[in-house]
Amino acid sequence: MSDAVLPEPRRRTALGRLARRPLALLGLLVIVVTVAAAVAAPWIAPFGRDEQLFEGLTLEGAPMPPGGMFPLGTDLLGRDLLTRILWGARTSLVIGVAANGMALLIGTLVGVTAGYFRGWIGSLLMRFTDLMMAFPALLLAICLAAIFTPSLWIVALVIALVNWVQVARVLYTETTSLAERDFIAAERAIGAGHGRILFRHVLPHLVPTIIVWGTLGISTTVLLEATLSFLGIGVQPPEPSWGNIIFENQTYFQAAPWLVAFPGAAILLLALAFNLVGDALRDVLDPTQKGRG
Amino acid sequence: MSLAEPLRSGAAQAPDGAPVLSVEGLSVSVATEGGSRPLVQGISFALRRGETLAIAGESGSGKSITSLAVMGLLPANVRATAGTVRLGATDLLRLPESRMRAIRGDRVAMIFQEPMTSLNPVMTVGAQLAEAIRAHAPLPRRAARARALDALRAVRLSEPERRLDQYPHELSGGMRQRVMIAMALALKPDVLIADEPTTALDVTVQREVLDLLRELRRETGTALVLITHDMGVVAEMADRVVVMKDGRLVEEGPVARIFAAPRQPYTRALLAAVPRMGTRPPADVPADAPALPSAPPVCTLRDLTVRFDIGRGLLGRPTHRVHAVEGVSFDIRAAETFALVGESGCGKSTIARAIAGLVPFAGGIDLAGHELRGQGDVTRAVRRDAQIVFQDPAAALDPRMRVGDLVAEPLVIHGIGTRDERRATVESLFERVGLSRTQLDRYPHEFSGGQRQRVCIARALALRPRLIVADESVSALDVSVQARVLALLRELQDDMGVSFLFISHDMAVVDSIADRVAVMFLGQILEMGTRAQVFGDPRHPYTRRLIEAVPVPDPTHVRPPRDRLASEVPSPVRRRDDPPRRLRLRDVGDGHLVSEPGPPGEPV
Repeated sequence: MSDAVLPEPRRRTALGRLARRPLALLGLLVIVVTVAAAVAAPWIAPFGRDEQLFEGLTLEGAPMPPGGMFPLGTDLLGRDLLTRILWGARTSLVIGVAANGMALLIGTLVGVTAGYFRGWIGSLLMRFTDLMMAFPALLLAICLAAIFTPSLWIVALVIALVNWVQVARVLYTETTSLAERDFIAAERAIGAGHGRILFRHVLPHLVPTIIVWGTLGISTTVLLEATLSFLGIGVQPPEPSWGNIIFENQTYFQAAPWLVAFPGAAILLLALAFNLVGDALRDVLDPTQKGRG
Repeated sequence: MSLAEPLRSGAAQAPDGAPVLSVEGLSVSVATEGGSRPLVQGISFALRRGETLAIAGESGSGKSITSLAVMGLLPANVRATAGTVRLGATDLLRLPESRMRAIRGDRVAMIFQEPMTSLNPVMTVGAQLAEAIRAHAPLPRRAARARALDALRAVRLSEPERRLDQYPHELSGGMRQRVMIAMALALKPDVLIADEPTTALDVTVQREVLDLLRELRRETGTALVLITHDMGVVAEMADRVVVMKDGRLVEEGPVARIFAAPRQPYTRALLAAVPRMGTRPPADVPADAPALPSAPPVCTLRDLTVRFDIGRGLLGRPTHRVHAVEGVSFDIRAAETFALVGESGCGKSTIARAIAGLVPFAGGIDLAGHELRGQGDVTRAVRRDAQIVFQDPAAALDPRMRVGDLVAEPLVIHGIGTRDERRATVESLFERVGLSRTQLDRYPHEFSGGQRQRVCIARALALRPRLIVADESVSALDVSVQARVLALLRELQDDMGVSFLFISHDMAVVDSIADRVAVMFLGQILEMGTRAQVFGDPRHPYTRRLIEAVPVPDPTHVRPPRDRLASEVPSPVRRRDDPPRRLRLRDVGDGHLVSEPGPPGEPV
């Protein structure tokens, strides 16, 4: 009766299933294009990165709107916005991927360790996390940036050190509830060690959460980098990043909206792309969803 | 209310004997990617005033979907595609949601299986009751509260005034289900639908709730639709029975006729699978005879004690202690099935967890030559000799792993065999427990409940343990599946000589499989002996109460009259300086051990 054999569902590889989702493919395409543009910036950019063009300003010295020679317009110093955005993709990708990845790594390590082992280790780690949470992130970033000389990688590190706390908090809660599930008790009863339980049975269940936080973190980290740049402790001008292009120009938002709109759209598009891919990955990697989608 | 008023009068005018609720040709389908799939097909039944109709069936039979369709509470992708559901003269299926809302709770009420999740945990019982009443009757707050109090009195809840201001978590499971019934009956509905109302409750509490439902039905004349998988409950409660399978009505008839002369083969099979107390001959297993003294026990518990400190006093010191297991001693012989029975919270599962090394314990466990004096002694080698099978196979299997890998995992952990040898072992285990080797690469959710439990059993067998602890392992399964899993366990015991510690709240199941039985209450053993001794000649009043409370799947069975025991199980939580009284067991002959009954007023 209930023991009846269920029909064999069709099986596909993870990549094959991903390919069946048009939105995820679109996201993937955006990411690939962005990465390619960042890598190829020196060759495909129409002008020099910091080149202040005479033609880039009107006779009154105002920036040029999009069109003609400058498809995305120019900035206050007469630099081509398209060129700046292409170069800025390098910085923003490094920040968005590397800084965010580091934050995820630290957050996962702390949250999962604390949630699985509990006890005094867990208390210590989580109190430290709470402390970090209560500490103003910007102040911390300023302190850290002041200690190290500003560079792209230092900025990434600073952002990672600020951003891991939320990840740790969320994963801690999830791990504690996972650790109390029956199948973890069943693992312990067959003699599985901590390493096996953590890596084979706890972490795979956290992947969806990690992916969601990872994609959410991309836009916030890109903007946090911009904040740091604005305060003079991020990426140093004239080196462009999407964030600092927005920050440099936000006062002229009404006179020259393209200066904010295009880099803003770039951030939005990249974050959205990661989000779509992340969502699809989450579904694809979850065996219990197979055959439903 | 204004909408409900004419309907109510319509029902009142209906002549006696005319059905209050009649369902005709009801079909329900779920919309899936591959088109719509029928869940219920052409169900018809009628319910008269004051009548109890049981809808019986196993999981997936569509019995719950039928009740949700009547209530207009179908999930978003599920729709009633044909038929009518008439309440009096109104077809509920054609009513817009706004009018349905007025009827729901007021004229048709429903109680669900799980009383904890059906109550809002952040509202007091009184507030929830008053809210439900005021949703349908325009009463001032004070009057609604008074009515809530009346409702709690009607369901015979102890200290009803105090309960009004308590939160659901402060009440026991039985009390919560009473609150749910009070809420359902506060507005005196014409029809009460009870979906597995006692499945999550202990057997003595179940007895009280069933008695209560029967009395309330008699007092109020509310018609009752009882949805259940338990044929014992059906036999005790129902006037008429509808048997369902795979969304279709198999058989309908008066309860006596269904049990005495089932017409359909499915009904016959269903009734045959139901475990019954006292039907197994007392001497079909040699172990019922005095045990061979030469065989050393596989597992011996000596004075096993498990306590947890809780509560935070000054300086974070614990103030109270849970005495989960308090000085339990017994032994399990080779190839024997030793059963622990008791109600929830009696500590039977904690014993299982102590043997599996999942909780810290004091006292001694001698297990197949290992002497364990604490949780730290439960090493990997010990786990090879004792394995555990949990209650819910869906929860006990990692949903992200293939079942083949799950069954092979104990072998990997213990470093047994090469990859190919392990694969071969897993394949033979799969066949041993009645699964196909082609299913190795599937995930747990692709199996049914019974198959999943077979996977768990295969996993427990992988290490060839001397003892398997089955913690409520068949409780979550349908009766027909349950019967087959029990048969499998018996077979495995005959073939492999493995011993079972069988933990269950279900006396009928225990009666069908155990060689020896121990009855537990509040962390201690009250009575212990062979199955024949404990069930055939129960000496302790609590054991008798447990056995009497089991629903008998026979409508002709006459239950001896009994005082209503509205007592709640006392708590195993005590102040740290107030240890519980240790019970001493007395031999009343042939190893039948019974504790002396406690002072009057105490349940033990």
